[in-house]
Amino acid sequence: MAQVTLRKVVKKYDEVLAVRGIDLDISDKEFIVLVGPSGCGKSTTLRMIAGLEEISGGDIAIGGHVVNDVPPKDRDIAMVFQNYALYPHMNVYENMSFGLKLKKTPKDVIDQRVKQAAQILDITELLDRKPKQLSGGQRQRVAMGRAIVRDPKVFLFDEPLSNLDAKLRVQMRTEIKKVHQKVRTTTVYVTHDQVEAMTLADRVVVMNGGLIEQVGSPNDLYHSPATKFVAGFIGSPAMNFIACQLEQAAGALRVRLNDTLSFPVPTERTARYSGHVGKANLMLGLRPEHIAETRPHVEPNQHDFDMVIDVVEPMGMETLVYFTVNGREVCGRVNPNAGATAAQSMKLRADLSNMHLIDDSTGKVL
Amino acid sequence: MADVAARNPADLSTQPRSGLHKLMQRKSTIAFLMALPLILLITILVAYPAGYAVYLATLNKGMTRFVGFGNFEFLFGRDTFWLVVYQSCLFAITAVIFKAIIGFVVAHFVHNIPSKGQRKWRGMLLVPWVIPPAMSTLAWLWLFDPSYSALNWLLGFFGIEGIPWTGEAGWARFSVILVNVWIGSPFFMIMYLAALKSVPEQLYEAASIDGATWWQRIWYVTLPMMRNIIAITALFSLIVTFANFDIVRVLTAGGPLNSTHIFGTWAFRVGIEGGDIPLGAAVSLFMVPILAVAATFILRDITKRGSEV
Repeated sequence: MAQVTLRKVVKKYDEVLAVRGIDLDISDKEFIVLVGPSGCGKSTTLRMIAGLEEISGGDIAIGGHVVNDVPPKDRDIAMVFQNYALYPHMNVYENMSFGLKLKKTPKDVIDQRVKQAAQILDITELLDRKPKQLSGGQRQRVAMGRAIVRDPKVFLFDEPLSNLDAKLRVQMRTEIKKVHQKVRTTTVYVTHDQVEAMTLADRVVVMNGGLIEQVGSPNDLYHSPATKFVAGFIGSPAMNFIACQLEQAAGALRVRLNDTLSFPVPTERTARYSGHVGKANLMLGLRPEHIAETRPHVEPNQHDFDMVIDVVEPMGMETLVYFTVNGREVCGRVNPNAGATAAQSMKLRADLSNMHLIDDSTGKVL
Repeated sequence: MADVAARNPADLSTQPRSGLHKLMQRKSTIAFLMALPLILLITILVAYPAGYAVYLATLNKGMTRFVGFGNFEFLFGRDTFWLVVYQSCLFAITAVIFKAIIGFVVAHFVHNIPSKGQRKWRGMLLVPWVIPPAMSTLAWLWLFDPSYSALNWLLGFFGIEGIPWTGEAGWARFSVILVNVWIGSPFFMIMYLAALKSVPEQLYEAASIDGATWWQRIWYVTLPMMRNIIAITALFSLIVTFANFDIVRVLTAGGPLNSTHIFGTWAFRVGIEGGDIPLGAAVSLFMVPILAVAATFILRDITKRGSEV
């Protein structure tokens, strides 16, 4: 059993707080992804779990034992680094077997484990090459192999894919997921790429400014973000935020964006939002996929409006259109055949059933 | 303009000139011309003196008659010569080993000092290497003085009898090696410090996660990563130490009873002080084959490993 528990963990560099007291429970066999912009404390958190950084406050426990003062070598963890950190003077076999050799594991056991891991990762024919003779993707596999061979309690990944090109990154992402499905080791994975986080994680931990913003499954974070930060960070292109006001008219609520543009709030949300009528600093959050071209068939909570399109970006399977509301750029995703043209008016349709109302003064999603 | 003219059939007669022109345009020619100043410099300052030394070594004492290998045969028959061979090897090898060990350890200490204070320490530790050796050796000579020196006074303070630092064969050898190590260690320190800084921090992190102790991290990460620098520094220092002159000359002048003579000082004693320049040249030429063998072995190891990292 290898659950990882963080209790009020703090990291201070001189007077700068990098991590400001975070609590996190990672259960056995779980794949957790820490995601956030650079400087949010995600890597520091991972390095504290690894024991490469000292903890300024709080407790970290692995498998039920507090490991605050346990050196990395005794924590029974394995780590994959961003630049792989393979030993350049050792060949792939020696790189992978190094940890076991230090533990004085019998030679035949080492041999068996290395070959097994090499098979899982499909690097059997590379075993006697030096790291210099490998491509980026192959080095990445070897780094993972070095972790798998040790059969540790916890895998730690520190932005392992950021040195690969886009195509290889997608491929290795799938590979990592496959490996986790095979070996089922508790994994903590750090990335700044929200797509990686969404695709890999059982649960995603979104961090910002040394604090945890939200913990949840990828779908939870996408559909019910708790804060404006999470709403804006998860999803690409990012969610649109438009300043708005909440009005009450004849028992129904309306979000008013400006004098000409307003939408009725879905009736099932009336109770939830009614306390915020007339409040300042409200924002409407609407993902680009919920702004599409108009169609003949109207679903409930969908509302058409006319807009002059500023920029059109064809992506192949869809076309992104940008227009301006209240001085802010807003993005919509329309069908490539919808005939979107720059500088021309277009009839668009907003799907309010997926709207979010955000209090901009607290950053909370209401 | 030039290529328009070249296309004209009437200008075919200018071909030889354009051949020379082509030669001048060739990359190898340009490279040769650019290397020429250095080649001249090496010829004047290295090749000529070396050739002249070989020529001198084949003459008789009065430099009037060619004697072939006569000087070398004479040397082989003398016990002092073999003593000098033994002492030179002992001096160079022992000194280089200690310089390397001390340099390595001190480099680690300096490497672990927070970067703010590091410059200061680096500067202070380089002092022995920066002072002209003849001067610092003079200071050591005073320290080693049997009756009035600080060292023996200190020993006396603790009730230990004074040591004849330069007066007894064993101690005299120890003293010259000590001074050489004192002067030479900073060079090793600075080279190893540069090498240490080039080892990626993540390799140590990976090793400590893999379960390596500090000693295993040095053995499996630091040393292999520094291997080439260690070899080159040791080779360079071996050559310089083997050919040392000033320390021995100032400290013991080869004494007592030739027991600290090395090639350089003995060649000087025989050739300049003893007035037999051809014999002195022959003595100093003996350094060449010994160092050539060492250099070949070490450099071969470097080229073999150079392609790995």
